[in-house]
Amino acid sequence: MLLIQDIHAETDGKKILKGVNLEIKAGEVHAIMGPNGSGKSTLALVLAGREEYEVTQGRITFFGKNLLELSPEDRAHEGMFLAFQYPVEIPGVSTTQFIKTAVNENRKYHGEAPLDAVAFLKLMKEKMRLVDMDQSLLTRSMNEGFSGGEKKRNEIFQMAMLEPSLAILDETDSGLDIDALRIVAKGVNTLRNENRAILLITHYQRLLEYIVPDFVHVLYNGQIVRSGTKDLALELEEKGYDFIREESESSVSATQPENISKT
Amino acid sequence: MKDELSTLQQTVLKDYKYGFVTDIETDTVPKGLNEDVIRLISAKKKEPDWMLEWRLKAYAGWLKMEEPKWPNVAYPPIDYQDIIYYAAPQQKPSLNSIDDLDPELKRTFDKLGISLEEQKRLSGVAVDVVMDSVSVATSFKKQLEEIGIIFCSMGEAIQNHPELVKKYLGSVVPMTDNYFAALNSAVFTDGSFCYIPKGVRCPMELSTYFRINAENTGQFERTLIIAEDESYVSYLEGCTAPMRDENQLHAAVVELVALEKAEIKYSTVQNWYPGDKEGHGGIYNFVTKRGICQGYRSKISWTQVETGSAITWKYPSVILKGDSSIGEFYSIALTNNYQQADTGTKMIHLGKNTKSRIVSKGISAGFSNNSYRGLVRASKWATNARNYSQCDSLLLGDRCGAHTFPYIEVKNNSSVVEHEATTSKIGEDQLFYCKQRGIDSETAVALIVNGFAREVMNQLPMEFAVEAQKLLAINLEGSVG
Amino acid sequence: MIDLSYIQKRFDQLQASHPNDELASLRTEAFNRFTRLGIPGLRHEEWKYTNVSNLFNNEYQQALSASALSGIDQSFLDSIRLPGSTDADELFFVNGRFISSLSSIRSSNDELIVISLPEALKSDFAAIVKQHLGHSNRYLEDGIHALNTSFINDGVFIYVHPHLKQPGDLNRPLYFYHISDVRDNHILSQPRNLIFAAGGSRIQITETFATIGTMDNLSNQVLEVVVNKDAYVEYYKIQNTVNANQISTTHFHQTGKSYVHALSLTLNGGTIRNNTNLILDGEGCDSHLYGLYLINGRTHVDNHTLVDNRQPNCYSKELYKGIMDEYATGVFNGKIKVERLAQKTNAYQSNKNILLSDHASINTKPQLEIFADDVKCSHGCTVGTLDENAMFYLQARGIPQQNAKALLLKAFAMDILVQIKPDRLRNYVEQLISDRLLINE
Repeated sequence: MLLIQDIHAETDGKKILKGVNLEIKAGEVHAIMGPNGSGKSTLALVLAGREEYEVTQGRITFFGKNLLELSPEDRAHEGMFLAFQYPVEIPGVSTTQFIKTAVNENRKYHGEAPLDAVAFLKLMKEKMRLVDMDQSLLTRSMNEGFSGGEKKRNEIFQMAMLEPSLAILDETDSGLDIDALRIVAKGVNTLRNENRAILLITHYQRLLEYIVPDFVHVLYNGQIVRSGTKDLALELEEKGYDFIREESESSVSATQPENISKT
Repeated sequence: MKDELSTLQQTVLKDYKYGFVTDIETDTVPKGLNEDVIRLISAKKKEPDWMLEWRLKAYAGWLKMEEPKWPNVAYPPIDYQDIIYYAAPQQKPSLNSIDDLDPELKRTFDKLGISLEEQKRLSGVAVDVVMDSVSVATSFKKQLEEIGIIFCSMGEAIQNHPELVKKYLGSVVPMTDNYFAALNSAVFTDGSFCYIPKGVRCPMELSTYFRINAENTGQFERTLIIAEDESYVSYLEGCTAPMRDENQLHAAVVELVALEKAEIKYSTVQNWYPGDKEGHGGIYNFVTKRGICQGYRSKISWTQVETGSAITWKYPSVILKGDSSIGEFYSIALTNNYQQADTGTKMIHLGKNTKSRIVSKGISAGFSNNSYRGLVRASKWATNARNYSQCDSLLLGDRCGAHTFPYIEVKNNSSVVEHEATTSKIGEDQLFYCKQRGIDSETAVALIVNGFAREVMNQLPMEFAVEAQKLLAINLEGSVG
Repeated sequence: MIDLSYIQKRFDQLQASHPNDELASLRTEAFNRFTRLGIPGLRHEEWKYTNVSNLFNNEYQQALSASALSGIDQSFLDSIRLPGSTDADELFFVNGRFISSLSSIRSSNDELIVISLPEALKSDFAAIVKQHLGHSNRYLEDGIHALNTSFINDGVFIYVHPHLKQPGDLNRPLYFYHISDVRDNHILSQPRNLIFAAGGSRIQITETFATIGTMDNLSNQVLEVVVNKDAYVEYYKIQNTVNANQISTTHFHQTGKSYVHALSLTLNGGTIRNNTNLILDGEGCDSHLYGLYLINGRTHVDNHTLVDNRQPNCYSKELYKGIMDEYATGVFNGKIKVERLAQKTNAYQSNKNILLSDHASINTKPQLEIFADDVKCSHGCTVGTLDENAMFYLQARGIPQQNAKALLLKAFAMDILVQIKPDRLRNYVEQLISDRLLINE
């Protein structure tokens, strides 16, 4: 489904990704872990097409298409979904209105007629149950005045509505209490099936107790330095990131660790 | 970034769809302004002597006045002798019903989306249609008459209801209130007149559609609405004009009178031709709109969506004279290319316990300048007056300007006045978030702009809200939740 | 029409007595402007709410040189001195003229230099003075400001060196005392001074005003402050003189990334107009502007502020609060301007007012003029009366109404008071306010 080959990316002249390779197949759940500043969120934003990040080398194919040539909205139309680490507020635009626009834009791309009000409402009711979404949030302005947990739930709710092939969850667990985390995980697990892949980006192992990954990768200093199964996450939990640091510094001596503020 | 900007530009640069000209014979008076022209206009309209005298008095006042220079707008001097002050589409005299209307005119209004066929109208909106200087049709007149509502052209009102016109014309906007009001008082040609008797709730929206068609003409309409005790009326106003290279002057006056416990809701969607992308042509829209809450607990509410005109200069105001009366002003002003808007309101609190609310949303794009100018005055006698004002500006691109000039004058110690203003732009992160959900830039900008303006949109009657959303160049297909 | 021909005479007199003065051409140019513009009336947009034309009905004397002044009691001088004055650099001006015999410059020459403008123009500082003196003229286009410039004479030039013992140290406080001696004549004083805070310098300035005598006085005072890169300037203005009529202009020109913290406090006066300009002409300037006007009687205070953002990434915060009692009238006119270049500007402005009497009034006009899109600007203003719930709450706790009122008013003023950074000065001002609120009850 997704094939990332030797991706290098930079922003403001600062190199952040330095040769990432990753393949994700339908039905798989991958987790990318790593310390702050390792480039995890950059990878998510590069996949989604944020213009601030310039890809200087490498290629990415998504269902065989050259992903880097697609606009952010076409990547979405092709089935890529990013649950944002910091969901954005859009004053005056109700959550319903926003999602309806998104759903119908996606349908338009695939040559489908827009959903009428009744069908849309029915679909929304059904998906709301998945994430225990409160009805009142739907009429409020998009993310405006939402708590951290409400914002994250709203992300998962949109994911449920848009039914993507590849869902990238960027630090969806950050700032969530345990109840909210369970709800979010339940939403994600319900959507998990053999046609859909999920890429979890997280700093902590905690989320992986609820959404069990098939593969775990460690991103460090812009490269994937270790890959393994969920046991790798446990190992990281136990030893911390320091052992990765030591390990990679001895093996990848050419690249000096940099202090990267933006992840 | 450049691409982004050009998308923003394109989104708001939707071409003007109402720019066609109707080919119809027009009866005009010669160019220029003098007493004879005023006499000629008055004669053409078969006006009584008192009306002519009123006009001549206004003209004498106008001659002594100077064009205001304080608005934050710039334009070359207007040659008042180069304007035609009266132009009327020629048609059969005295229409018995809409069916008698010239088919060419009917087609024009169909094209503009104004259906004059009463039976076809589901929403029940009575329309008075003013083309150039005269009213050409008024629908639902008979049905309204049955419940005592007078809804007709100003010309007819002068003929048929002189006592009402004499009593109220110029009572809210005195004939020499300002330069353009004085000019209007001298040369106004038509407009709508509306009288709601005591205790009547007008069952349908009343509406006037203004259309400039003829070349080199100015449009000077005059609207007067009187709501007697405990009555209610919602009034809508729309306007369009052909695309022409020259600037055309529109100097209207609207007066509203709300008596005890009466309520008038006045909504405008102003879409005069704004000029082309280089700033050539377009309407100079210099309008005086004012209402008086004359009676106890009366209410006047102005809602405006200003998207057209090369220059807009208007301040729909409310004089809160009756105790416990309420004034409201909701405004969206969108300027693009080289458009200039200096618009806002005045809330003059005279009575006790009076309340006013101002919500202004300015959207500037291209090379345009958009100013909010407002006055809130609580006089010494206006004890317990309350005002809340919110003025927000949204800038699209870095070649435009957004300005806020609120004046607040409080002369008693029991009043509470609050004013807030913000300026912002559409964030890159907002656009990216929308795109990631599969919404393209154009739709995203429209969505965000519409969200920004929502508080005002909500004030518009349904039918107008739809048109207004379109006017904000928003492709909201299927996104209204 | 006001007869201003006596001003012409005084001007001619001044020019004649200083024919080869470096300042003569600046004065001539300004006087032509004054003649053209005249005294602004209420139709002048910037003077809409403040009538100054009646202040010019008198024929005022002007002290054209310092020598003509007669002695002022030491006890009077001591009574007006600010806290910590014995540690401070103190500059005394009488009727607009700098009186060096009364003044004490305690800083050393490598910390601070004070010389007269004509002297400065003959010194190594000539280029600096020429470049900066009159920068405010571009922003204040009215006859009153031109009038001050027309009479620039022997005001002082102050050069603040970046020479400090410890990083974070401030120089000694710099105190300006403006005294109007109106024992014998109606006086128009027009002090005009220039401070140049060199790159990396740190200075704390306070200006205060006093009057002796009972004849009419009008002060039309201008201070221009040039704030260079990495300089830090604190400025306080204290106006607490009954019946003093003042037009007081303070013009900050931040030429590089620098910090300005300015506060004006008005407790008493006749007709007062304060112009405070902040010209942010360097990228990343940080500017703070505060004001408190606590007025009664027939005092009229008009605070006009301008924050002109000319370069990117500047931050400004402005808060003015007013309490008007009896027949007092307040005016606030705050303009934030963001020029095309000034992307990423953050500018906030707030004006809050309390009216305590049926006869008091306030006119407030916060303005935004924005020409750049990537900015965050907001302004807000409120007019109201004392919070009745709070009053009731205090009274219910047994605090008598008058005390409750004083307490709440002081709390209202506190937002501004806490912005007076030097402890001694803050305590001094707090005492003035406490006295005032009790006296009032």
